[in-house]
Amino acid sequence: MKQTQIRNFSIIAHIDHGKSTLADRLLEFTGALSDRERTDQFLDKMDLERERGITIKAQAVRLNYTANDGQEYILNLIDTPGHVDFTYEVSRSLSACEGALLVVDASQGVEAQTLANVYLAIDQNLEVFPVLNKIDLPSADPESVRAEIEEIIGLDASDAVLASAKSGIGIDEVLEAIVQKIPAPQGDPDAPLKALIFDSWYDPYQGVIVLVRVIDGSLKKGDKIRLMASRTEHEILKVGVFAPHPLAVNELTAGEVGFITASIKVVQDAKVGDTLTHVRRPTEQALPGFKEVKPMVFSGLYPIDSCDYEDLRDAMEKLRLNDSSFSFEPENSMALGFGFRCGFLGLLHMEIIQERLEREFGVDLITTAPTVVYRVTTVKGEVINVDSANKLPDVQYIDHIEEPFILASVHVPNEFVGAVLALCEEKRGVQREIKYLTANRVMVIYELPLNEIVLDFFDRLKSLSRGYASLDYEHLDYRPSELVRLNILINGDLVDALSLIVHRDKAQYRGRDLVSKMKEFIPRQQFEVAIQAAIGGKVIARETVKALRKDVTAKCYGGDITRKRKLLEKQKEGKKRMKQVGNVELPQEAFLAILKVKENK
Amino acid sequence: MSGLYLHIPFCRRKCPYCDFFSITATDSLVEAYPKLLIQHLAWATEHGWSGPVDSVYFGGGTPSLLKPEAIACMLQAINQRLGLAEDTEITLEANPGTVSQHSLAGYRSVGVNRLSLGLQSCNDDHLTLLGRVHNRQQGIDAFNWAREAGFDNISLDLMFALPGQTTAELEEDLRTYLELGPEHLSCYGLTAEPATPLQQRIITGELTLPDEEFYADAFMLVHEQLTATGYEHYEIANYARNGYASRHNLGYWKRHPYLGIGAGAHSFQDIQWGRRWDVPPDLSTYRQALHDWQEPMRCLETFDRQGALSETIYLALRTAEGVSDINLQRQFKTTLQEAFPEAVEKASPWLCRKGDCTAMTPAGWLLFDHLIQAFL
Repeated sequence: MKQTQIRNFSIIAHIDHGKSTLADRLLEFTGALSDRERTDQFLDKMDLERERGITIKAQAVRLNYTANDGQEYILNLIDTPGHVDFTYEVSRSLSACEGALLVVDASQGVEAQTLANVYLAIDQNLEVFPVLNKIDLPSADPESVRAEIEEIIGLDASDAVLASAKSGIGIDEVLEAIVQKIPAPQGDPDAPLKALIFDSWYDPYQGVIVLVRVIDGSLKKGDKIRLMASRTEHEILKVGVFAPHPLAVNELTAGEVGFITASIKVVQDAKVGDTLTHVRRPTEQALPGFKEVKPMVFSGLYPIDSCDYEDLRDAMEKLRLNDSSFSFEPENSMALGFGFRCGFLGLLHMEIIQERLEREFGVDLITTAPTVVYRVTTVKGEVINVDSANKLPDVQYIDHIEEPFILASVHVPNEFVGAVLALCEEKRGVQREIKYLTANRVMVIYELPLNEIVLDFFDRLKSLSRGYASLDYEHLDYRPSELVRLNILINGDLVDALSLIVHRDKAQYRGRDLVSKMKEFIPRQQFEVAIQAAIGGKVIARETVKALRKDVTAKCYGGDITRKRKLLEKQKEGKKRMKQVGNVELPQEAFLAILKVKENK
Repeated sequence: MSGLYLHIPFCRRKCPYCDFFSITATDSLVEAYPKLLIQHLAWATEHGWSGPVDSVYFGGGTPSLLKPEAIACMLQAINQRLGLAEDTEITLEANPGTVSQHSLAGYRSVGVNRLSLGLQSCNDDHLTLLGRVHNRQQGIDAFNWAREAGFDNISLDLMFALPGQTTAELEEDLRTYLELGPEHLSCYGLTAEPATPLQQRIITGELTLPDEEFYADAFMLVHEQLTATGYEHYEIANYARNGYASRHNLGYWKRHPYLGIGAGAHSFQDIQWGRRWDVPPDLSTYRQALHDWQEPMRCLETFDRQGALSETIYLALRTAEGVSDINLQRQFKTTLQEAFPEAVEKASPWLCRKGDCTAMTPAGWLLFDHLIQAFL
């Protein structure tokens, strides 16, 4: 296929602005889907993706399109994951394209997440053109959204396509604009092979399936290839494209997008952003932009029923087959038994994994509070990474601790700026900039410690702005910080699963809040239960759950025996889900209390 | 020996805390009912249930809505079908608002020898709150009439932990009860049973039950006052003077067999590891079944050894006598300690040992539901 007849593009949109629906329409209009296949949101294959409107894996679909000029084109739609945790993955998907559609809800305007991805696209010299979606809604205001796009992004929106993906309005115009506006790829088909990996997943029959964009050269079945960052070599077994069903092709040449299989066993070997080249005639220089993806947020996942441990491990292994950024290792908690310490890209990634484990694999979980990776320098000068409060060395061995900072961009209507600033200050933020994008739209930029973000920042941000604020962040650096380990003791026994690393200034408040929250969740027991928060040996907060005084069925006569005994048996069954610490039974809610700390000034 | 329970599912009006099966009484329903019971009795004796019985208990509902003649008629049928032992305990539950000197004398003369009077309280405000049809004076009168009629074994119900109740009010109630001097007392903390009007009023916040501290203190107060005046606290909710413990109710806790007849009544058979039955709590279904000569009872559960063992302990620990290792050894070839070492360990601060028996202390009884779960 001549490169002049190829267009590689992706769609940038905020959640709910209609990206998946538009993608479905493009598939439909180009005849890629049969009527029967027109389920909603074809590309979001997982239930979770559909429900939450989040794309987790990238996709690449080839569309055949005959344009108004009578010529046949191949349009490759590269669907990118859509969340703040996946910025790197998005950047790699974008660099497989020459252009992007910026889909903006004509009644809502531009959001921070969109903005971040538009900037990513512009930085990579993509041709970006706007599509105003949901144009048929009564609240649609294309003129002011057009003005906003020009003002905020600096993109010419005068000939933005007006569309309604839902009603099928403007789809032809979108397809035409793709052909007209997005440049054709300009690789060198004769140069040594240079292909970009922009996603991969595991298939039980074929091994890892790798999505590639060929930049220069060409590849075909039987080729010996090298993954430059992984430094591994493989033979290509299969070359194909998704149209949208997999279709074998003879070769992929410069400008084309498709997939290969090469008996790669694990996705960890086909890293997003890696460059693929020929063993015999390698390219000299790998494609720029490759990064090793490292988990940034960690938490302990424990099966509620310890019998589910093996099942949980199997489930995690299956998930890891498809997700190179998810990591786990066995961990042992005195309170929770055997479980795993897991690493995630961010909070959303964590939630997604937890939800998939519970939903797809049917394992009930207790999750410990998420934590970030702290860098601890010991008095001996050793530097260790600490991803769990329980791994923090004792105070006397610590010279200093550093914590990761992020650069957070909060995009918010004017009226909520005060509340956002207060939140960022409370979260130990350092103000970088407040940008007025338009008279009513503000970008608040803060340097913030990641450990404050993983607690409840998102929820608080959403509630204080009634859902209008959106957030994007990137990792900045590590900074020295006064951090301490906060322990929770139940009747004097340390509950390891509840330990936290917190800033010294926040320890007192957090300790008090936590013990009072836990008090609500711990039912009265045979004996009085003391809940204490302590830093080192010093108790900073205490609550007491009084001993149970009364739990008795007054009447038990002939007609009551069966029913009342069965009620007690049921209660007993319910208690099996409790975790035993010393002689105290803790319900799961007590462990979740730690996730629900609210800070109010 | 076994017991016989007859359920009389009629009330003048339903008390808001009650979750027993009863319906509003009409003369025709009440008059037609004894015949059904006699039919049921006939059906049961033709299907393997046998006597003689050493306790008969007319419970409800409000059995005192039945005329003495109806009671006499049923007792006669029972004697014919099952046989009454020489010293059979024959109890009738009576609502003080439905009895007269005449009716009480009648019950006594047809053979009822134990009267359980649903007094509940001697505080008029509390009686109103509980939705009772009688007041303080009617309650006291009923008791005195019963004595005059020759009842020398009378039980009174006392309810405590009532919404808004003070300790002084409970003490006042206890004083009045002790002055009356019944042979037996059943003392219940008020409980909001599911789907009762009382529970509804608590959910809506209209009423508040006292907290568990008040309940516990009230329970212990009742225990101390009654045991100090010569009553034995022989079961969680029951007190008796020496020799006056309810034989019928002790049968429940000792897992002795009993036949229950009447709509909503339960039965227990001691064949193999035991089997429990009930009659569906619906009068027309019941009538129809007897009319068609179909099985009026349905089997609720059949026990295996472990289930029978657990239930034996669950019931016996409600009594002051407790669980007898000799009994367990005879029935199950085990002992309490051997069968449930962890549960015994957990409950040990609230257990005491008398000879071969293990019993709960009164403070343990307050935690009965909590402690017993480990034995189930």
